[in-house]
Amino acid sequence: MEFKGRDIISIRDFTREEIDYILRTAERIERMEASGEPLNLLSGKFLGIIFFEPSTRTRLSFEAAMKRMGGGVIGFGEPEMSSVKKGETLADTIRVVENYVDALVLRHPMEGSARLAADFARIPVINAGSGAEEHPTQALLDLYTIHKEKGRIDGLEIGVLGDLRYGRTVHSLAYALANYEVTLHLISPPELRMRREVLLDIEGKIRVEQAERVEEVIPRLDVLYVTRIQKERFPDPAEYERVRGAYKVDGGLLAKAKPDLIVMHPLPRVDEIAPEVDQTPHAVYFRQVRYGLITRMALLGLVMGAL
Amino acid sequence: MTEKRELRVEKIRDGTVIDHITAGTALAVLRILGITGREGHIVSVLMNVPSRKLGRKDIVKIEGRELSPGEVDRIALVAPKATINIIRNFEVARKEPVKPPTTIIDVLKCQNVACITNSREPVKPIFKVEGEGENIALRCYYCGALMSREEILKQF
Ligand SMILES: [Zn+2]
Repeated sequence: MEFKGRDIISIRDFTREEIDYILRTAERIERMEASGEPLNLLSGKFLGIIFFEPSTRTRLSFEAAMKRMGGGVIGFGEPEMSSVKKGETLADTIRVVENYVDALVLRHPMEGSARLAADFARIPVINAGSGAEEHPTQALLDLYTIHKEKGRIDGLEIGVLGDLRYGRTVHSLAYALANYEVTLHLISPPELRMRREVLLDIEGKIRVEQAERVEEVIPRLDVLYVTRIQKERFPDPAEYERVRGAYKVDGGLLAKAKPDLIVMHPLPRVDEIAPEVDQTPHAVYFRQVRYGLITRMALLGLVMGAL
Repeated sequence: MTEKRELRVEKIRDGTVIDHITAGTALAVLRILGITGREGHIVSVLMNVPSRKLGRKDIVKIEGRELSPGEVDRIALVAPKATINIIRNFEVARKEPVKPPTTIIDVLKCQNVACITNSREPVKPIFKVEGEGENIALRCYYCGALMSREEILKQF
């Protein structure tokens, strides 16, 4: 399977075979890492990281991934993007910056920005978040986490909890899961239900059930994916306070869950998962960070032709 | 039969008759075609005409101008059942249904305010056509937002 030179813009650009191939490549990387030998697959290569909005975590993950593959990183953070403040278009920024590096990671507040960047760049572009739209590498690392922790993805009942309307990680995850034989439980307050276009796309491919309360579905779930509910999304703060409690994952809730339920979270969390959950076998969200590193190492290696 | 009678009633010598336009969308069709009336052609617009096939329909007749299929296919976005009749010397020389194009470039704006095409970038809005007939929808090539037929109509 040829990935060299390929852009990673939307999870929807990938077939199940391609996703499975990425997951197998990640497993390969994980084995190589475990052997203790330094990986020099990307030595002499440079990754450009252009972030138009802050996300230290995602940035750190890509930077670590590139360096652990033996490559270098050139960061173009917000303060340095002074040309943008002077009114430069993204298309111009991309055509300048691509001369310095072998691949680009882009995070930008506008939707469709990564697709535009990829059309202008000759080198591969990886979307690290474009507006409320998509975050494909997060979706791939989420799949890798499920695959590693549960040994499979097909046949699972997967609950996604929280802000399904604005949360970009859940949109990409829903698209990614639509390639597998799963039942997807969408659990959110009515105000934050999954976007219509995402629903239209995934219904018919997989079973989708909507719920307002996590208690209703928790006994059936194999995976519970928790996301943050942001206060800013509610016009009425009282409504936020009312809703918040109903989406808290704690020991009481997990007492009703299957013993091998895994709880995932893209992090950072605020208070949607109680600290008491951390010590239970359900908690996989910190391992998820490690799976993220491995998945991004695999992706960088693939698009730069080193794997 | 109905059409024939109507064509006889409103006979034009040469030009184009767009028939079976979804009732109430004739003006949108004219706007899609860029016909403002200032071009000088005689343009007749019939709205909400009884139709056996559609219940009610609109008809647009443009005298002295033959529209090419490529030019008119875009109207399938708002009037999916429309037919194009090319009239020469009072006779229907050619009759074709409109076929929705697969891609729409630089005609519509993405209604997603957060879409990159709504900023100053040097790109034209591009949409992929999905679905058909009344369920036709456009998906923005850049941001992936879907635009329904009703939303498309609002832009014309
Ligand atoms: Zn758009």
